[in-house]
Amino acid sequence: MIQGKQSITFEQAPYILESASIVGTKEGEGPLGKLFDMIGEEDHFGADNWEDAESSLQKDAVFLAMKKANLAATDIRYLFAGDLLGQSIASSFGLMNYQIPMFGLYGACSTCGESLGLGAMTVASGHATHVLCVTSSHFASAEKEFRFPLEYGNQRPLSASWTVTGSGAFVVSSADYVEAQKKHVRAKITGITTGKIVDYGLKDSMNMGACMAPAAADTIYQNLCDFTRKPESYDKIITGDLGYVGQTALLDLLEEKGVDISRQHMDCGIEMFDQDSQDTHAGGSGCGCAATVLSAYLLKQLEEGNWKRILFVPTGALLSKTSFNEGQTVPCIAHGVVIESV
Amino acid sequence: MKEKVTEQEKKAYQKYVKQVTPTHSLPVEMTKAFLVGGVICVIGQGITNYCVNLGIEKETAGSWCSLILVLAAVLLTGLNIYPKITKFGGAGALVPITGFANSVAAPAIEFKKEGQIFGVGCKIFTIAGPVILYGIFTSWVLGMIYWIGKYFGWL
Repeated sequence: MIQGKQSITFEQAPYILESASIVGTKEGEGPLGKLFDMIGEEDHFGADNWEDAESSLQKDAVFLAMKKANLAATDIRYLFAGDLLGQSIASSFGLMNYQIPMFGLYGACSTCGESLGLGAMTVASGHATHVLCVTSSHFASAEKEFRFPLEYGNQRPLSASWTVTGSGAFVVSSADYVEAQKKHVRAKITGITTGKIVDYGLKDSMNMGACMAPAAADTIYQNLCDFTRKPESYDKIITGDLGYVGQTALLDLLEEKGVDISRQHMDCGIEMFDQDSQDTHAGGSGCGCAATVLSAYLLKQLEEGNWKRILFVPTGALLSKTSFNEGQTVPCIAHGVVIESV
Repeated sequence: MKEKVTEQEKKAYQKYVKQVTPTHSLPVEMTKAFLVGGVICVIGQGITNYCVNLGIEKETAGSWCSLILVLAAVLLTGLNIYPKITKFGGAGALVPITGFANSVAAPAIEFKKEGQIFGVGCKIFTIAGPVILYGIFTSWVLGMIYWIGKYFGWL
């Protein structure tokens, strides 16, 4: 059902039947370490190069999510997948062998929200019983894609974030199926707010949090308008990877509009690492950051009933190395997903 | 929220971001750079002096010094120690010849997977390339000035 200007409410809310999270060693040593389904012994994940390593992350996350949901690849009607590499090769190579019809997505670090939104729409409209939404990022392949070779010595600014090595996969299933089979589910997706591209003219790719904060503010504000809700309607409003600088900016931007979310706000990038001991500066980032934190931590809180309703808002910076070199700004986007406990 | 963000709002936000973004402390970073750069230079001087003591000519000793420093930096890059030194020392580790060696060795290691031609061959100078190009270009410009000066008897 159309809700407001940019949102949708699902009359028959699709369920997140199961999910899986796989992370690298540094994430495993972080504060959420114990919650992830799998932690790699080393960051190559048995692959020959970094791109392959990220592919294998996605492959394993999908495998694990299907296994937990007790489904085979043939039960999944569509894949909604994306990553951070050029032409999304981590998804293409990682998911090729499953032979599941696939929609490849790119929304930078917001892809997790984009895939869940599209997946939920597909299921809710009766076009699929099960879809699988999967996203990934890898520190080393992202550094190579966007910044410098790993062994090159340089000083990262304090506002820079640390790309999370990890992948999260979510099986989104129809209400009919879940109710008929009386399946245990993790949570349900009751609505989405699709973000638009927001650009405040910042050019510093080493300060992504500040670049993305206006996009997050825009989507959160729109969500509250569309659903006529107040920040208190949510137990938590959780952004993807704004980090410390972005969090400050987001809270201030919304406060200017008369919305105070300081009590609800949480950021996956901040939760992922211990800033002091892990030297990650502004916090974690990447498509894998929001996805793994959602799977391992946020859904767990909903499952245990600690939270009733959250607004999950992964944020993405839509720049490329070329656009950056050509002196372009960093356009950003944020996609909201309303997730409720069952 | 309004449909379009005005230029004024953008400017205000950019100014605001500058205020809230934390930065490294300049005096602390400069001290660290001085220390690390100084240590590298002292090691270099040590190598040169040792070579001179062995009876090698001063100019050849200088070459040996560069050669050994480059070798050490490449080895430290391969062992992933050099990035840690740079993280601490900043420009102190980037500016000496060792930093240049690091900037060539690092892409070579990273892009080896993409093959000898399109990987290592094409990308080995992705970081050092500008230094080489503009270094040579600057010396050419200075050479021209010197030559013209000589020609007209100014120098």
